[in-house]
Amino acid sequence: MSQPLSKRILISLAAASLGLTVTACGGGDQASNVEYDDTVKVGILHSLTGTMAISETTLAETEKMAIAEINAAGGVEVDGKKYKIEYIVEDGASDWPTFAEKSKKLIDQDQVPVVFGGWTSASRKAMLPVYESKDAFLYYPIQYEGQECSNNIFYTGATPNQQSEPATKFMYEKSPAAGKPFFLVGSDYVFPRTSNTITKEQLKSLGGEVVGEDYLPLGNTEVAPIIAKIKKALPDGGVIINTLNGDQNVAFFKQIQDAGITPDNGYYVMSYSIAEEEISTIGSEFLEGHYGAWNYMMSIDTPASKKFAADFKAKYGADRQVADPQESAYNMVYLWKKAVEKANSFDDDKVREALVGIEFDAPQGPVKVMPNHHLSQTVRIGQITADGQFEILESTDGPVAPQAWNQFEPSSKGFACDWTDAAKGEKYKL
Amino acid sequence: MQLLFESLFNGVAIGSVLLVAALGLAIVFGLMGVINLAHGELIMLGAYTTYVVQLIFKLPVFQPIYDTYVLVAIPLAFITSGVVGILLERTVIRRLYGNPLETLLATWGVSLILQQFVRSVPLAQAAGAVLALVVGFSLPLLLPKALLQGSRARWMRAGSWGVSALVGVVFANGLASQVSRIARATSRNVDVTAPKWMRGGLEFADLTFPVPRLVIIMITVVAVVGVTWFLNRSVWGMRIRAVTQNREMSDCLGIPTDTVDVLTFGIGSGLAGVAGVAVSLLGSVGPNVGTSYIVGCFMVVVLGGVGNLLGTVLASFAIGLLTDLIGAGRLLSIWPGMPAPLEGVVKFFATTSMAQVMVFALIVVFLQFRPAGLFPQKGRMVEA
Repeated sequence: MSQPLSKRILISLAAASLGLTVTACGGGDQASNVEYDDTVKVGILHSLTGTMAISETTLAETEKMAIAEINAAGGVEVDGKKYKIEYIVEDGASDWPTFAEKSKKLIDQDQVPVVFGGWTSASRKAMLPVYESKDAFLYYPIQYEGQECSNNIFYTGATPNQQSEPATKFMYEKSPAAGKPFFLVGSDYVFPRTSNTITKEQLKSLGGEVVGEDYLPLGNTEVAPIIAKIKKALPDGGVIINTLNGDQNVAFFKQIQDAGITPDNGYYVMSYSIAEEEISTIGSEFLEGHYGAWNYMMSIDTPASKKFAADFKAKYGADRQVADPQESAYNMVYLWKKAVEKANSFDDDKVREALVGIEFDAPQGPVKVMPNHHLSQTVRIGQITADGQFEILESTDGPVAPQAWNQFEPSSKGFACDWTDAAKGEKYKL
Repeated sequence: MQLLFESLFNGVAIGSVLLVAALGLAIVFGLMGVINLAHGELIMLGAYTTYVVQLIFKLPVFQPIYDTYVLVAIPLAFITSGVVGILLERTVIRRLYGNPLETLLATWGVSLILQQFVRSVPLAQAAGAVLALVVGFSLPLLLPKALLQGSRARWMRAGSWGVSALVGVVFANGLASQVSRIARATSRNVDVTAPKWMRGGLEFADLTFPVPRLVIIMITVVAVVGVTWFLNRSVWGMRIRAVTQNREMSDCLGIPTDTVDVLTFGIGSGLAGVAGVAVSLLGSVGPNVGTSYIVGCFMVVVLGGVGNLLGTVLASFAIGLLTDLIGAGRLLSIWPGMPAPLEGVVKFFATTSMAQVMVFALIVVFLQFRPAGLFPQKGRMVEA
């Protein structure tokens, strides 16, 4: 019986080594020879394992890059002392309660002044009560559905009026399918449903027509019924607004092409979750001619944008891409640094007060923190090219102010958010 | 007429994906009674095999025959998943026959391990490991029997595994140096792009039939016909059925039940691999691809009646047609002048997610009345 026993030991050893989880703790690059007086620890909280790891690890990488850059340039200066930024990385593991738990750990145990983290709206909704009850501060980098405005969260992604509204307007007025009816497709969760409600209201006011909408349950890749519906509702082509999530896009774009729903036949898809990384996963042969809307696109032809892409490639590999969520993650680290230096303190309340009004020359162009804890930023509409990049067709003249409470959605129409005025706060009537 | 054709085609298309995915499970769960929760991950391995084959066929040497890579991937996926299935049977499941609960837990664990395996191990290494397993399992069969007996047997076996490990390592390194995309581990989903002839659609009488769907239907038909022939006509198929019906009696009559178990499980797993090729044509390939199919697979097998292949076939097409009928809102076109309250209900369910709810609900109701599925097993096996 000795053989089975040794086998069993081997198997359990293998299992144990697979099961090891790693919590990393690091201090950026050691290359620079800057003298620091002290260090400050910040938290980075993204999913490094599980379904969301694919997307979220790129954010953690970009945040580390921004921290390394700041450190190399002398760190953060408070009270005449130079602080080196160190980071504590925690893994949200694509599990929303874990995000809340790790937030508590970062705030209580590590006592970090700020946490950079999150991707999905579900993870943010899970973390929000933690930051509000402990009066801590979360920086959240992703474009989202809006309808939220917390005193304890700083949102650097686009609100619907900085992404979907200009995109809908473009598709209705200027795209090759201008004036044609719309069909809305999304994954079945909060972002697509809210986003589509806004799109429907907006189209009503523009005079456009929505001929159908459908939602695919998360994890389901059977899009045949949706394709049948699109063909029935849009027999002569039209606009498809796509808010599908992750892998479901692959199934969707592969199968609509086979079914003849292509730009050549007059069908144009505008997607809100497809950036350069996703284009390379899906394959540009399936996406060429369709559209996307973002604040940052890798093809932006400015020195700042090119430097951002080149720096990221130099640090993480020449085959890597940068996209809007990463740019947003990069910006928020710099905005925090500027706010701390303006407040001359790491104290939460002082930094929060100092944050509003901060301006930064981001890779996308100038951005500014508004009183509602969102960023004013430029909106760009791009068409996907054969080489997997966006050809920028339109961009707004300068930054667009963010609306936390959407002005097309009936329940939030006429409301706004302002944290600089104690009488106004989270939601006040305009 | 056009509506009928379109609906029928869509239903068959959805159903054949379910069927090809569930076919292997119909054998493993239906005939052997093993609740294999790692079935989805065996599908995933088949899908990854397709991806690796695709990359290998992009090498200059294979470039001229690139268009045929899907056809080559089918047998290779069968072998990959089959071998991993056999390894699973030999190491885990064999010790747990007759304990369905323990099997369920153990195979669930295996499914998690396999998911993490493809995330943390470079695909080139994984391909090498599979090759080593194939060589390791088949080498003793090729060696003369005399060498495997007596005092030298232990050394011969160890030696043959050593050789196969060497083959695997050499292959893995060769592959990693030639195909850089699988030299590093990645948790990112990858994409299988169908060759040109398999893209687009066939236009026929105002209808578009997507070619990948037609290919999947073909794969399914061939797999079902093949399995039916194997189980009913071949010697080993009859042995499998004999062991299913009465293990002790078969044993007494000289049927090697142990070998039959390995074979049955291997074939069931191999079919999961073939399903992997099919699903890779529809969506992306990732560590989680199996989890999205496993529920559907069990649903089909249970609805069809455990242990009945015909039931599995009918159940998957029934689910496919229902999904299309409800989800695509066909009822509204079939019956245009529907009374208003009914129309409201139909419209409410005419989205993909609500259609799924409706289909699940109908299955639950159906199983209330026929708990053993469409075709319940009769006879001695029921008591066993």
